[in-house]
Parts: sequence; C-alpha cells; structure tokens
Amino acid sequence: MDLGPFLFLATLEGLVSAAVLALTAVGLGLVFGVMRVVNVAHGEFFMLGAVVAWAVTNLMPGAPALGFVAALALSPLAAALVAIAADRAILRRLDYAPEAVIVATIGLGYILQQGALSLYGPEARAVAAPFSFRIQFPWFGYSGYKLAVIVFAALVLTGVWALLTRTKIGLVMRATQWDRETATAFGIDTDRVYALVFGLGAGLAATAAVLVAPISQAHYLMGGDPLLLSFAVVIIGGLGSLRGTVIAALLIGLTDGIVGVFFAPTLGKILATLLVALVLVFRPQGLFGRKTA
Amino acid sequence: MAALTPLLKARGLKRHFGGVKAVDGVGLDLGPTGVHALIGPNGAGKSTLVGLLSGRITADAGIIEFAGRDITRLPAHARVRLGIAYTFQVTSIYPRLSVEDNVTLAVRHPSGDVTTAARAALARVGLDIHARQIAGDLSYGHQRLLELAMGLALTPRLLILDEPTQGLAAGEIAGFSALVRDVARDASVLLIEHNMDVVMDLADRITVLDFGRVLASGTPDAIRKDRAVQAAYLGA
Amino acid sequence: MTGGVRVWALHLAVLVALALAPLVVPPYHATNLARIMVLAVFAMGYNIAFGYTGLLSLGHALLLAAGMYATGLLVAHGGWTAGPALLAGALAGAGVAFVVGLLALRTTGAAFMIVTLMFAQAGYLTILYFGDLTRGDEGFTLAREARTLFGLDLVTDATRYSAALALFAAGLIGCLLLVRSRTGRVLVAVRENSERTRMLGYDPFRARLLALTLSGLYAGTAGAAYALLFGYVGASFATVQYSVLALLWVLLGGAGTVLGPLVGTLVMFYLVDFAGNLTDATLFVVGAALILLILFARTGLLGTLRARALAWLP
Repeated sequence: MDLGPFLFLATLEGLVSAAVLALTAVGLGLVFGVMRVVNVAHGEFFMLGAVVAWAVTNLMPGAPALGFVAALALSPLAAALVAIAADRAILRRLDYAPEAVIVATIGLGYILQQGALSLYGPEARAVAAPFSFRIQFPWFGYSGYKLAVIVFAALVLTGVWALLTRTKIGLVMRATQWDRETATAFGIDTDRVYALVFGLGAGLAATAAVLVAPISQAHYLMGGDPLLLSFAVVIIGGLGSLRGTVIAALLIGLTDGIVGVFFAPTLGKILATLLVALVLVFRPQGLFGRKTA
Repeated sequence: MAALTPLLKARGLKRHFGGVKAVDGVGLDLGPTGVHALIGPNGAGKSTLVGLLSGRITADAGIIEFAGRDITRLPAHARVRLGIAYTFQVTSIYPRLSVEDNVTLAVRHPSGDVTTAARAALARVGLDIHARQIAGDLSYGHQRLLELAMGLALTPRLLILDEPTQGLAAGEIAGFSALVRDVARDASVLLIEHNMDVVMDLADRITVLDFGRVLASGTPDAIRKDRAVQAAYLGA
Repeated sequence: MTGGVRVWALHLAVLVALALAPLVVPPYHATNLARIMVLAVFAMGYNIAFGYTGLLSLGHALLLAAGMYATGLLVAHGGWTAGPALLAGALAGAGVAFVVGLLALRTTGAAFMIVTLMFAQAGYLTILYFGDLTRGDEGFTLAREARTLFGLDLVTDATRYSAALALFAAGLIGCLLLVRSRTGRVLVAVRENSERTRMLGYDPFRARLLALTLSGLYAGTAGAAYALLFGYVGASFATVQYSVLALLWVLLGGAGTVLGPLVGTLVMFYLVDFAGNLTDATLFVVGAALILLILFARTGLLGTLRARALAWLP
C-alpha cells in the first residue's frame, strides 16, 4: 500500500479510538467539572459496560443486532445505577473531600474488578457486532461498524452538549459547578445533581465500552488504559471544559492511531504518558484551558 | 529619625491583576522602630501592598530594600528569615497542634532554648496558661493572640499586622494596643487597620492609600487635617 | 517515665519481640514476617511522604521498583556483589524520588496524585520496553551465589530473617529520629498548614522535596532488599497496585504514626492470607478495606489508639 492510503487507514483507526475516548473522557471530565472530584473507578465503569454488554448480547435471543441495541441501553443504565449507589453510600458520606474520594474510588474500582472476575471470569470474550458489512474503498475494505461507532459517538456527544447547554437539568448542573453553596441557596438539590452527574459520567464510559466491545474484547482488567487515557484527555483539554475535552480526545486518538502505525506501541505509550505528566506540571490549566487568576 | 536610613524602603511598587491596578507606583519608608499605620478604603490596595512587602505576591515593577539589601526578588520564606514577620488577616494557625507547638515552630534560633523562647512569647500575649491546649479549641480572640505570639516568636525587625483587631472584643483591643506599643519600642510595626481609634492611638506615622496610590503620608495630626484624605473618606 | 524514655522503650520492645518471633512461630510464618518487615520499610517510606508531610502519591511503586531493578540488574547483568548493589538500589530510589519531586511537587492535591501515577506508569512501561534485559512481567531471579552479604548467605531462613530485621530496625529508628527532630516537626507543619509554615520562614517546597527523597530512600532500599532476600525481580512490583498497597498499609496502620506501617502491613498481609483460605476474592478485600478505612477510621488502627488512649504515641 502507498503512504497515502496507509495514512488514510491510520486516520480512520485514529478516529475510532478518538470517538470512544471522547465519550469516556467526557464522562470523567463532567464528574470532575461539576463535582470537583477525581473518579479513579472510571475505568472500571468502562469495563462494567463491556462485560454487561457481553452478558446482554448472550442472553438475548434473536438477531445479534437486537441484543446489541439492548446492550446499548442496558449497559450504561447498569453502570449508572452502580455509580449512583456508590455516590449515595460512599462519596456523599465523605462530603466529596477530594483526596478521600480518590482513595474510596480506588477501593470501588478493586471491588468492581473482583465482581467481574468472580461473575464473568478471567477470559477475554468478544461481543458480536450488530452488523458486519464492509465499505469498499479503492485501496482497502473497511468495517462499516467502525464507521458507525464514529457517527454514534458524535451523536451522543452532541446529545451531552445539548443536555448541558439547552436544558434545565444542564443549567442546574452548571449552576452547581459554579458554586455549590449558592446553588443550594437557590433551592437546587445538589445531592441529586451530584448523583445524577456521577451516574451520567459512568453511563458515558459504559456507552463507550459497549461500542468498543465488538472491536476489541471484554475483559475484567480492560479499564486501566481508558482511565489513564481519559486522565490525559481531560487534563490536556483543560479540566472541566467539554469542548477542550473533545478536541484533546481527537488529538490523542488520532496521534495514537497514526503514531501507533510508525512506533513501537510501548515506546509511544511511555512518551505520551510522560508528555501528559509534564503538561500537568507546567500547564495545569491544560493546553486549551485559560488560566484562572 | 530622618537622618537614619530606613529599615524598609519601597519605591515605585506596581502590581496589576488583569486590568485592575491594585498597587500602582507606591513608595514607602519604614523606620527601625515605631508604628506605621496603613489605611484606606476597601479595595485601596492595602492587602496587595502588604503582600508585596512580605513576598506573598511578586511585584510587576519597583524595588524593595530591607536593611540596605535589595529583597525585591526574594521569596517570602527568605524574607521572614531576614526579619519580616507577617500575621494573617484571616487567622492562620495549626489548629490540630498544641498552642505551644504552634509557637515553637516560629522560634528559629537553633542554639538557644526553644521551649523557653516559645513560653516567653506566649506569656507576652497572656496565653501561657493555655500552652497545652489544642490550638483549634481556643476561642477566636485567643487564636488571634496566638497568631500574634507566633509573629513575636520570630523576633522580627519588622512586624506586619494585617487587620489584627478584627473580631476582637473592646477589652481585648486595649491589651493588644499595649502589646503593640511595647513591641514597637525596638522593632518596626506596620499596621493595617480599619479601626480609626486604634490607628490614632498607636500610629507614629500614617500612610493613606486610595486606588492603589499613596494619597497622603505623615503624622496622625497631619493626616487628620489633610483635605484629600477627608474627601476620600467622606466621599466628598 | 518521661515521654522520650517511654517512646524508645516501646519501639525497642517491638524490635525485641520481632527478634524473638522466629523462636516461637513456625518457619512458614517466619518467612512471612521477613517479607512483611521488608515491605513495611517500603510502607514507612510512604508514611514519611503521606503520613507526615501530607503528600498523597500514587507513584511509590516506581521508587520501590527503582531500587529493586537497580540492585537486580547490577547483580544479574553487571556482576556486582550484594553490598554495593544494595547501596545502589537505595540511592536509585532516593534519586528517582528527587527528580520526580522536582517536577511533581510543582502541583498539589489531585494533580500531584495523577502526575505521580503517570510517572510510575511510564516507569512500569519502561521496564516492559526493555524486556530483553528485564524479562518484563515474568521477571528474573537472582543466582543463589550472588545473594551473600558480608559473608552471610541470605538464602537460608535464619540469616534472611536477621537481615530483614536489621533493615527494618534501621528504618524504624531512622523514622523515629526524624519525626522527633525539628525537621520532622516542620514536615508536619507543612502538612497541616503550608502557607503558615512558609510565613514562619520555612520553604515548603524544600521540605516536601526532602520528605519525598527520604521516602524514596526507604522505598528503594526495600526494593533492593527484596531482590536480594527473596531472589526475585518482577514488573508486578512496579504496577499501580503496589502504590495503592503502600497507601492501604499506611492508612490501615495509622498515617503519621511510626509503628503504623508495620501494623498495617502485618494486618493486611494476614487478612489477605486469611481471606485467601475462604475465597479467592482478594481484590475485594483490598477494595473494601480501603473504603471502610476512609469512611469510618481515617486515622487507622494506631491513629485511633493515639486519639483514644496513648496521646504520646509518635
């Protein structure tokens, strides 16, 4: 293959990872933005989404597409319910103290991993794609499903954007983000907002995982990489900025796709990890964020 | 006193936040002893100026000399070691440590008896009977006094007091004033204060800030008679 | 008894009890105890940073691994003897901690946690990247004949136990001296109120950097000793799990208490061991312990004891 088509293929692959990453990272970023806490269990909500998707598609009789649609609805719901339960039972009792929440969500992550290991097992299992037609480009054929993932992720992200900017719930969330006490004074039930946001964040991670499950596989340790990459995206995008997060996801996803074609993956990961750490050290407001006072 | 070189000399200090000129070309001389009060309406730049002098805020422009040495670029902790002590406007102590441990941390001469020095500082503010208590359990007034004791334990050449009487009862203010007068016998005190009775009672010199600039500077009598000051304070 | 005598008496009694333990417990537990003491040195290092100075790091596995791999690689590939290799491991831990500290200590709170996590992840991946040398996740073993220190064969149970105890004793006494010194009090002051401490003339950045470097010295020494005493070097010690375990041990035993790391490591080791007999859900045990501690006993076992009865406990 010539370089041109090769780059085109790498770009497509990069767009797929960017789409999945954007969904996951927006979930993490939303939680950080509104609640000012870092959810270390975010990767495990991602994993939960994929594992539940496997269970649903295997339990549903009939066409695989039907099972997949059911998974797309049920997985995020399951993750969101677990997250809301965790918020009520643990995070609220900690009064959302940042460092305590970090320790607690590390613990939560281990519990979710154990749950998956005990109930689902240590194997990596594939989830059947809802359809399998290929789109034929002049140089190569490409999975129609992967293109559908990009489109679907874009739709969900647009939905999140509309929810945040065009609805009353979004307004309430933004008000809580600005100032929790004032929001409370204006009669906003911030406890419910927090539970909702935490659930929504987990649901977005699970959605991303359902989309990615037919491409990679579902495994109980699959949450580690999405967590680190989401950290990277949220940090580089400027903590708490939806637009920055999406741009950073595109940047990192595309770089990942393209660099992965040319470099050893481990070396690429090392450099990327160090780069993100240095961004956080020297530009804590992110590459796109603006310095606040 | 005019013949002596001042202990602290600031010239052309500037600090802008965004478009706001919080401190805009301020000069200030502080003698080696005595109380120098800094007054002005809210937002006049008093806190920013004190931040510049103590090193908690870096200056955009200007020079600060302390005991003949240029300290403009020196970080805050190094200025403290040279003898510039700062007491916080909002009480800042170690609430989970004992009262004595709070003050012991401020004592800095390695050879001498640290405990004796800490006890002496506590005795000066009248907190020695509370030495073993956890600092966070003290009343608000006592916490302000502890803050002052920490400043004294540093044995400063310049003690900066940022609104020290805020929240003190009338009886406590009298004791506090006596203490400041005592300190000012052999050290320089820079006092930021809203309570005009305290200022007029204690200050040897007064500098009035308005919109980040020096409006007037002089003895309490001169300041009282100054038209510009009257205008600024009465809003005329 | 004055405070100082009481404190030293307690800690020496603990060391004496540990010295006598192999005479009364079965060999299986003696080996466990040797392992626990080495890991407790790692936890003591974590305690200096987290417990006393308030630095919540999620990257201490990097410092443990720095010591372990420096020693292991020098012995296995460089032909070094155990003594110099141990020293090199200790210095590697301190050196890596110093460099990471120079960068990471520009951040605080959650950002510090993420930055240390990322540096440690980069370190873990680096170990995998040089798989020819390190044999990656699988790890490598050290030859029996290389594991002698001052003519003592570290492979036999009795000398291994003595070596672990000597290391632990040095670490414990060092920690006790530190926290009772003026420097130790400044570290606590930085934890309690950084800005106030700065305005008392101390440089909080320098204090934190010192704490992190000392912490790295402990972690590196523990890693190096682990390689020599147990003859194994593996990438699993560089994973985030070991950073979390250090945090868990210290939280459980009592952050900011000198004996807390030993107590936490000991209790957690046997808790996992005990749970392992009932179920294989060890991850659950770790996770639940973290959540319960942070919810209900944030000061840990010894911290609670100190608050309830023994106010003099350092």
